[in-house]
Amino acid sequence: MSERVPATRPVTASSAATRRRRRSFVRTYLTPKRSIPRRTVLILGAVGFAAIIAVWTLIAVITYDPSVSRDPALRDSLQLVPRPDVVVVAWIDMVEHLGFPADVAWSTFRIVAGFALAALIAVPLGLLMGSFEIVRAFFQPPINAIRYMPASAFIPLLILLQGLGETEKLTVIWIGVFFQLVLMVMDIAHRVPSEMLSVAYTLGASRWTVFRKVFLPATFPEVVDALRITMGWAWTYLIVAELVAAQAGIGVFILIAERFFRADRIIAAIITIGILGLITDFLFATYHRWAFPYVEKVQA
Amino acid sequence: MSEIGFVDVAMRFPARKGEVRALERISLTVPDGQFACIVGPSGCGKSTLLSIAAGLVTPSEGDVLVDGKPAYSPGADRGMVFQSYSLYPWLSVRRNIEFGLEVKRTPKPERHQQSSELIHLMKLDGFADAYPKALSGGMKQRVAIARALANDPEVLLMDEPFGALDALTRQIMQEMLTDLWQRYRKTVLFVTHDIDEALFLGDVIYIMTNRPGRIRTTLSVDLPRPRNFEMVSSARFTELRNQVVGIIHEESMKAVESELARA
Repeated sequence: MSERVPATRPVTASSAATRRRRRSFVRTYLTPKRSIPRRTVLILGAVGFAAIIAVWTLIAVITYDPSVSRDPALRDSLQLVPRPDVVVVAWIDMVEHLGFPADVAWSTFRIVAGFALAALIAVPLGLLMGSFEIVRAFFQPPINAIRYMPASAFIPLLILLQGLGETEKLTVIWIGVFFQLVLMVMDIAHRVPSEMLSVAYTLGASRWTVFRKVFLPATFPEVVDALRITMGWAWTYLIVAELVAAQAGIGVFILIAERFFRADRIIAAIITIGILGLITDFLFATYHRWAFPYVEKVQA
Repeated sequence: MSEIGFVDVAMRFPARKGEVRALERISLTVPDGQFACIVGPSGCGKSTLLSIAAGLVTPSEGDVLVDGKPAYSPGADRGMVFQSYSLYPWLSVRRNIEFGLEVKRTPKPERHQQSSELIHLMKLDGFADAYPKALSGGMKQRVAIARALANDPEVLLMDEPFGALDALTRQIMQEMLTDLWQRYRKTVLFVTHDIDEALFLGDVIYIMTNRPGRIRTTLSVDLPRPRNFEMVSSARFTELRNQVVGIIHEESMKAVESELARA
């Protein structure tokens, strides 16, 4: 019985087999929302990253202009599109000789302080707006209107009002974060299922108990998510504020680098901001996983 | 004694044109220890009626009486179970069940003992410290029922509690609930659109009319207790079901017609 193999096995099946394999490629990789093998995900990610570096290098090589400087030591650094390796060297130089860490520290301080001040008011107010219509009716229209006024447009006004000190920088970040965050938190609070609260009432809980023991904990995980997202925006406002006027900070560093035609330093500074953003994001994500182990993971 | 009653309860909602009459002149009393079911076509206001009983919604007219005294706000005397389980995802199974006891400031050892008992009774052994996300739908609803029972309410209000479960799980949950009732003899008001469920569980069935919702027929279910699932195939069960199906079908047709007339 086990010997019953099809007698005529097609010998020249290569084209049919290829077609079948191709169809299975289409089925595996081009079916909407179907997950692909984990290894492929990693490979594609690495290839995508490498492609950007490759294109960048290519452009740098093509646009290379040896006439920018007679000094061979500066020739690579003064290119408008410097090679990636030149940027890495510039970054090390910045950290070792140009006091860049101090600029990073200043910017980080402003971000943390401005963001904390915004969150400190936005989160409680958003929660109140999401749960009490009386609060929402009062605050939502003005906040909604101000939200569409770009924070960076306030900078000249703030300089007139507050001068060039730290207050002005923090206010820019505050404006940029606060109005967005408060509405996000309001939505989160608004989405808490009312049945969750109803159940608590029928278990004998008072309004205050329901607010404290059901409503607040129900919003926490998403509030942390909202903080994570708005933190990313805070960087944009900070750099804009620093570009306009500041004594120290990554923005100022970029501005000075521009005056000396040092694109390599500008790029190194921008990448530094990106890495700082990734670190913040990672910290928030780690905190989220640690503090809210009960949250159901949504399938991506 | 723990009975719940409605006296001339009416509910109207403001609408674009005038108002929608959701419930009209509902009067009924569920005596102590009775399992009463309310069935009716969807949109007849049966869930609204239950929310009124819980005190979560204030009726436009009429009163809810618990042991003869009007009840205007929600309280621990009327425990509620929703179709959506509504467990607290940040609390373990045990802490979910103990929620009402914590609100009442029951001492911890006593709380622990009660929740342990219910965990065992609801076949949740081994899941005391699990978060709700680890549970199946049926288990989640068992936690929700345990949470309501832990508070020892006078009346248990259940709003289509098994509506989101698959047919097999639903059947098992119905059997568990009827056993549970046999044990505790709580006064239960149970809303469902599943006729078999109402017949299997209830002592009495209130059939509601299409909007505006009224009690159209009251049917007492004279099936013997304790009940088990063989009963579903008995001649008496079939007879009762045909009776209910006939009435509901008539009401559903009216609902469709009135929708067509409005369109």
